[in-house]
Amino acid sequence: MTDMSNQSAASRDSASWFLASARDRLAGLLDPGSFVEFLPPSERVRSPHLALFDLPAAFDDGMVVGRGRLDGQGVLAAAQEGQFMGGTFAEVSGAKLIGLLRAARDNPDLPRTVLLLLDSGGVRLQEANAGELAVAEVMRAIIEARSAGVAVIALVGGRAGAFGGAGLTAATCSRIVISEQGRLGVTGPEVIETNQGVEEFDSQDKALVWGVTGGRTRRLIGGSDAYALDTMAGFREAAVSLLGNPSPFDLRTLQAEQDRLAARQQRLGACDSPAALWATLGVPDPGAARDMDDEAFAALAATVKGTDHDAR
Amino acid sequence: MTLDEILASLLPAGHDVLVRPDRLILGTGRRRDGGAVHVIGIADGEPLGTAGVLPLAERVLRVIAAGDGAPILVMVDTRGQRMARRDEMLGLNEYLAHLAKCLLLASRHGHRTIGLNYGKAAAGAFLATALATDVLVALPGAEPAVMDLPSMARVTKLPEDRLRALSRTTPVFAPGLASMTEVGAVAEIWDPQRPLDAQFEATLANVPDQDVRDALGAERGGRRLALDVARRVAAQATGRLHAAAS
Repeated sequence: MTDMSNQSAASRDSASWFLASARDRLAGLLDPGSFVEFLPPSERVRSPHLALFDLPAAFDDGMVVGRGRLDGQGVLAAAQEGQFMGGTFAEVSGAKLIGLLRAARDNPDLPRTVLLLLDSGGVRLQEANAGELAVAEVMRAIIEARSAGVAVIALVGGRAGAFGGAGLTAATCSRIVISEQGRLGVTGPEVIETNQGVEEFDSQDKALVWGVTGGRTRRLIGGSDAYALDTMAGFREAAVSLLGNPSPFDLRTLQAEQDRLAARQQRLGACDSPAALWATLGVPDPGAARDMDDEAFAALAATVKGTDHDAR
Repeated sequence: MTLDEILASLLPAGHDVLVRPDRLILGTGRRRDGGAVHVIGIADGEPLGTAGVLPLAERVLRVIAAGDGAPILVMVDTRGQRMARRDEMLGLNEYLAHLAKCLLLASRHGHRTIGLNYGKAAAGAFLATALATDVLVALPGAEPAVMDLPSMARVTKLPEDRLRALSRTTPVFAPGLASMTEVGAVAEIWDPQRPLDAQFEATLANVPDQDVRDALGAERGGRRLALDVARRVAAQATGRLHAAAS
């Protein structure tokens, strides 16, 4: 390898996941040159509904699906483009993901891992019914694929986060990777503020927003299974660490999840702020933990009880 | 129809289904043939939060563990997920997905799952309950929606009048039972003038063994592309596999 290509590999590895596009993330995550896209933009499959709202369509509808290799192993992958219509689930974008998951479910010769690079505010309101239903179909297809032995791994660290249907989709997967910048939830802070008032949730209070929905809180309560640095190399390393041996989708797993979520409700349900929640979890100095660097935080998270489980 | 009227018509042979103070519906009823039907749900438009999910999911898991194979009826009148800082901090997405996963596991264990939307149904709470069943039916007057038109007008920055006019030409975004039926989310609308138990039995006799909602949407014209796009992706995924193998 020449110095030049060494340099470009290094800069690729250190590029921010948060700021990258869906295609850049796939290129940075997967082995170089390995990604092959299904229904690529050249086939011009786009939303027929956006024109009704005088909105431009995209030739991938904000969803890129295909196959490639991760650390030498074959994987299927889907990536949402958070900068197109907020990465939303809609008729076409949803159907592309559903087709990929059903292919994995039905074909044991296809890779047994699906990587889901989520970056989405949820359902696209201009196609609200089709989008909501697409999420329901995605969730069912994930469960059917998992039942067939496929590991479905969600990666959350984009600018749109994973909210609404995307938040439920993430929690339907076998495993979840998140970065500090990743936000994962159902109702976004702005919508809670609009509906319930600023006393309930001040969406301008960025520290509160990150504390409630952000990657560090998710990792500490066991809401994600791995914590990634906000780089291509960071997400690659975390995803590789979760390859292989997915927990089976069965009664034992869901009973364990029931116990896990009931214990969380009981232990943390009275916490009124992220700092109180972190303190209850045994984080000695929540303020310092919020500000420490990623390596120190990952080491701290490893000492908190309940972060590691296979009940999902 | 009130919930009591629905239950009386649906389970005339008897039931112990109750609405708890937290508006969760839990109980068991008798079918015509004497077999059991397990009932869970949420009433009076109550939003579904982390605390509400746990008893419902626990009941579904107990039913699966008991292994009687009896159907599960999920009755839904909820205006959506609970919108609260505390629920979000606890990871509401995991709780809602957990309930959906329990229902999907029940299907895989041979329990036919029927969703019945008899009031409101919206957003994340809809996904966690009625949309995670094998078949979703509704009663006239049900109001399934992702978001109401005034809120949608605010978010999309389009005048409400314009949205109302558009909603007459496409079912793809407009709230309501007719739209949700056309896109394939609601399989059928029961007739409240006829006994519900017979309609329930007919629905149970025709539970599909796979997700047919995109096919329904294509057939009804409310979602013309979804099925075809999913098939094309699957064909390319497997086609390239065969090409690579040869």
